[in-house]
Amino acid sequence: MILIINICKEKLHYYEFVKPIEDILKKDGIEYFTKHYKKINKRDLLKANKIIICGTSLKDNDFVENLKEFEWIKNSDKPLLGVCGGMQIIGLLFKGKLKKKQEIGFYEENFKKEFLGLKGKKQVYHLHNYYIDFCQLKDFEIFTSFADGKIPQAVRHKSKQIYGVLFHPEVRNKEMIEEFCRL
Amino acid sequence: MKLAVLFSGGKDSCYATYLAKQKRYEISCLISVFSANEESYMFHTPSIKKTKKQADAMGIPLIIQKTKGKKEEELKDLEKAIKKAKQKYRIRGVVSGAIESVYQSTRIQKICNKLGLECFNPLWQKDELEYLNELIKNKFKVIITGVFAYPFDESWLGRKINKRFVEDIKELNKKFLIHPAGEGGEFETFVLDCPLFNKKLEIKNKKIIGKGNSWSMEVEIK
Repeated sequence: MILIINICKEKLHYYEFVKPIEDILKKDGIEYFTKHYKKINKRDLLKANKIIICGTSLKDNDFVENLKEFEWIKNSDKPLLGVCGGMQIIGLLFKGKLKKKQEIGFYEENFKKEFLGLKGKKQVYHLHNYYIDFCQLKDFEIFTSFADGKIPQAVRHKSKQIYGVLFHPEVRNKEMIEEFCRL
Repeated sequence: MKLAVLFSGGKDSCYATYLAKQKRYEISCLISVFSANEESYMFHTPSIKKTKKQADAMGIPLIIQKTKGKKEEELKDLEKAIKKAKQKYRIRGVVSGAIESVYQSTRIQKICNKLGLECFNPLWQKDELEYLNELIKNKFKVIITGVFAYPFDESWLGRKINKRFVEDIKELNKKFLIHPAGEGGEFETFVLDCPLFNKKLEIKNKKIIGKGNSWSMEVEIK
């Protein structure tokens, strides 16, 4: 059972940032349940064997003000995938700093090492104004090239199954989400 | 939250408006951009009048923005129209009916971000067949007003999106990779009625032009 976490402040954003991920799981017959981050309780976390934190809109940074709602991540041993805002939450919890960088639309990223089935140059969809500089976080491994003005786009915790992607895999890299579900 | 909808009169912008209303957002205005590009069949007075009839049926004000239809100018004109909506109706967000077009949604996202507005794309990545079935279930009366790909022909003009249409478009998707929701520009639609309308729209006159696999039906509304 996968727990999908909605971090959107605006209800209408559910369709854009949460439903596309639900649809991927539904199509594959994977069981899931969805909750808003402010409504998660201990039972939900026990029930889930994997967790996906979805992204949100460019203007919505409400989750940054409510990081305490995600403290459970630090003690969780379940596979976790954070998408865009979800990745920023993971970085902030591990003492990363939020930095400005706007990327909107299709970009090519180079996966130096296989990351949830993605390897080599791949087209990904970006929609963010901020990122976390994971280069400063010793606990994380970075999977994409980040020289020449590029920033870390895919990371994994070195000892836990915590994954983060800054891009939106639900747009052009759906197989990456399926790969996470197969872990 | 007060919102403006980028409104073309087709199924996508109407259904996006419907979803926003379902989630209890206030739709303060609709924005229609009409191209003056001579090659664009959009810039016909009847088209503007048609969108106006839909806006009237919903009781929502309409901002009409004309554009010369050149790529960069078109974006500036769209920005101008959104700015106008922000000033006049104090909107705090914009809704679009983008489903898969990254070209379209990227540009709208950038304009909204620049103007400090939320950008909503409630049809984003939506499963096409699920979408068509929802239109039928929610009593959207949608007709085909243009077809622009093989193997479409004139006989598709005026067809309603109903169960038979869904079966036929599934076949075309299998055989010819036609996008079932017409997202690749394969067909265009017009909404004659939906739960947002206070009254049904009726066609008074229609004019059909085209050849081969490219046909348009210009309708005049009563």
